[in-house]
Amino acid sequence: MIPLSMVNPGQKVQIVQIRGGRGLISRLANMGFYPGVIIEVVSNRNGPLIIARDKIRLGLGYGMAHRIFVRLLN
Amino acid sequence: MDKMIKIALAGNPNSGKTTVFNSLTGSHQHVGNWPGVTVEKKEGRFTSDGFEVRVVDLPGTYSLSAYSLDERIARDFLLKENPNLVVAIIDASNLERNLYLVAQLLELGAKVVLDLNMMDLVEKRGIRIDTKKLSRILGVPVVETVAHKEKGIDKIRKVVVEEVEKGKEATFKIDYGPDIEAVIDRLIKFLRAKRLPVNYLLRWLVVKLLEGDAEILQKMKSLPEGKTILNVIAENAAQLEKHLGYDLETALIEKRYGYLKGLVGECTHKHYGLEERLNLSDKIDKVVTNKFIGIPLFLGLMWLTFQLIFTVGGPLVDLIDIFFGWIGQVASEGLISIGAPQWFSSLICDGIIGGVGSVLVFLPNIFLLFLAISLLEDSGYMARAAFVMDKLMHTLGLHGKSFIPLILGFGCNIPGIMATRTLESKKDRILTILVNPLMSCSARLPIYVLFAGAFFAKNQGLVIFSLYLMGMALAIIIARVFKSIFFKHEVAPLIMELPPYRLPQVKGVLIHMWERGSLFLKKAGGIILAGVILIWFLSSFPLGVEYASHQSLIGRLGSLFAPMFSPAGFGFWQAAVALGFGILAKEVVVGTLGTLYHADEAGLRSVILQNFTPLSAYSFMVMSLIYIPCIASIAVIKRETNWKWTFLAVGYSLALGWGVAVIIYQIGKLFMFGNL
Repeated sequence: MIPLSMVNPGQKVQIVQIRGGRGLISRLANMGFYPGVIIEVVSNRNGPLIIARDKIRLGLGYGMAHRIFVRLLN
Repeated sequence: MDKMIKIALAGNPNSGKTTVFNSLTGSHQHVGNWPGVTVEKKEGRFTSDGFEVRVVDLPGTYSLSAYSLDERIARDFLLKENPNLVVAIIDASNLERNLYLVAQLLELGAKVVLDLNMMDLVEKRGIRIDTKKLSRILGVPVVETVAHKEKGIDKIRKVVVEEVEKGKEATFKIDYGPDIEAVIDRLIKFLRAKRLPVNYLLRWLVVKLLEGDAEILQKMKSLPEGKTILNVIAENAAQLEKHLGYDLETALIEKRYGYLKGLVGECTHKHYGLEERLNLSDKIDKVVTNKFIGIPLFLGLMWLTFQLIFTVGGPLVDLIDIFFGWIGQVASEGLISIGAPQWFSSLICDGIIGGVGSVLVFLPNIFLLFLAISLLEDSGYMARAAFVMDKLMHTLGLHGKSFIPLILGFGCNIPGIMATRTLESKKDRILTILVNPLMSCSARLPIYVLFAGAFFAKNQGLVIFSLYLMGMALAIIIARVFKSIFFKHEVAPLIMELPPYRLPQVKGVLIHMWERGSLFLKKAGGIILAGVILIWFLSSFPLGVEYASHQSLIGRLGSLFAPMFSPAGFGFWQAAVALGFGILAKEVVVGTLGTLYHADEAGLRSVILQNFTPLSAYSFMVMSLIYIPCIASIAVIKRETNWKWTFLAVGYSLALGWGVAVIIYQIGKLFMFGNL
């Protein structure tokens, strides 16, 4: 399990846990991102990240990506 | 007389909700404000089968969990105003996530018509949706639409009326699993016995309380016995969490999505998964959000925007200027011919027509600015710009989304301030509004051109550029200071959807531009008019004095305040009066100096050369940059915030402007630049 912030672009991962306050968990879930979901890191360049789930693209602050824990897939 | 129905449109941002609204209501719409807040409230109407249907367009939201202003508005409307029906507009090519909001609507007890929008995209991707099954399982009618081609819109009108006439209650329920359901049942019975004075569905209330919804918790606390009830809830929640092994909020979210995943799986053929290759949007993003290309590209687009605003807007501005000149002339002649008193004709012509005109001439610029913003927004680029600038904006203690309003401020602070509505957190909104006037708007440019041209002809560009830079530097400092005073512990992390790029619809963009532009006119209009009349009064009285002369009230006020500006190097009444008039609109400063010195544009330069030194000219420019937002900006700040922040914006800028001007002049004199 590693933080999302450390995942390279192009990598597929599964969200395992979100260690955030109540607001963060819920806001991410509202936008379709919650534990169990498989996502792809589209860009990660030492600033905000872009992550993708199906056709949803989300811009995410680096600090937040640090609190989302994921499992690398293949 | 038609029977009346009230319905609401709900949906995710970028689900095509606005397009559906525009198609449904056509030109029968108007924009107002939601009570107590400044988010735009759009209402419209249509008639169908002898019913007059009033449509309220709720803000686009991802949920009803009340984290942002938009969500709170949507939820409050549904709970308090009880619309007959809610049309949930969803992007059918992104079913699961969009249905999450629908599930929340249904849990709330709303009567829903489901609009599967963007069906063309669904078909293009080879996905089939079994709408009959979807309708049966959810227990709501389902309509397929392609809103930008007006497909299916008539069907919505029909189904809405049918459903309201049927009047059947919805019976939607998500099964949260035996453990959670047992607790929900128990708590429902507990709450029912309490006979709470609320009209929510008890099941919804219990789920929200278990989720720990901040607003609902707050509301409960204020009820009699609220504290006891909350204790019981907290006990049950803690027990349940212990039993489940993880937090309840996540558990509820997972159950809800589990249900939706099953639903989507049953009703669609061909699952859309990750396998789909990078589409066009991602390819564009590779370039647009690139580390090296992103920012230059953004700056290039901004430059184009300003070119559009000022090259296309310029001639229109001149036209309006001529128009108001002509109106003034006609009115003045007309009033004299009917024998109106001199003061009345002066009030109408010099005061109202001249004053309002001096503000209205910027209307083309403002409309063009809104046109450009609408284009950038509707195409999906705006979200990328915020994304690209995020890192830089952190130096201001803000995040990427605040960048757009600041950039707009260079054109005009008013749209800049209004654009802060897209920011979720109050902290970001207030800070961005407070520092916005430090972005040197285009109206201040004539002042710089006059003074820099007179004193720094060789380095004119550099001097003017230094003023823009100073504004930005001060904005950074002020934002940080205010953040540490007023919003010490608040963080608003960046979570932002990057919608797929789309070709903007001409109709949509034009409607957007018109709404925002006319809202500016309506709201700022009253205060501008009042300000204009006040300044006219001060310039014309006591009776018999020459308009805006030394003997007029404003001249006397100027003399009164002039000594205050001595330490900044321009302690004469003309400068004070010019700055006073500048509150009306910054470009008026130049015109006022012209009037006071009885000089035309060419003569003004030599008069200024006699009265100012290079150093005091510079400090005067600095003062003009900072000293106060113009009256229209003040009006808009008040509209977007409240009096407290408005006074702060006015107060800090006056103090800062004076302080910086004095510091520059005094330090300059110390180093003997004063002899120059």
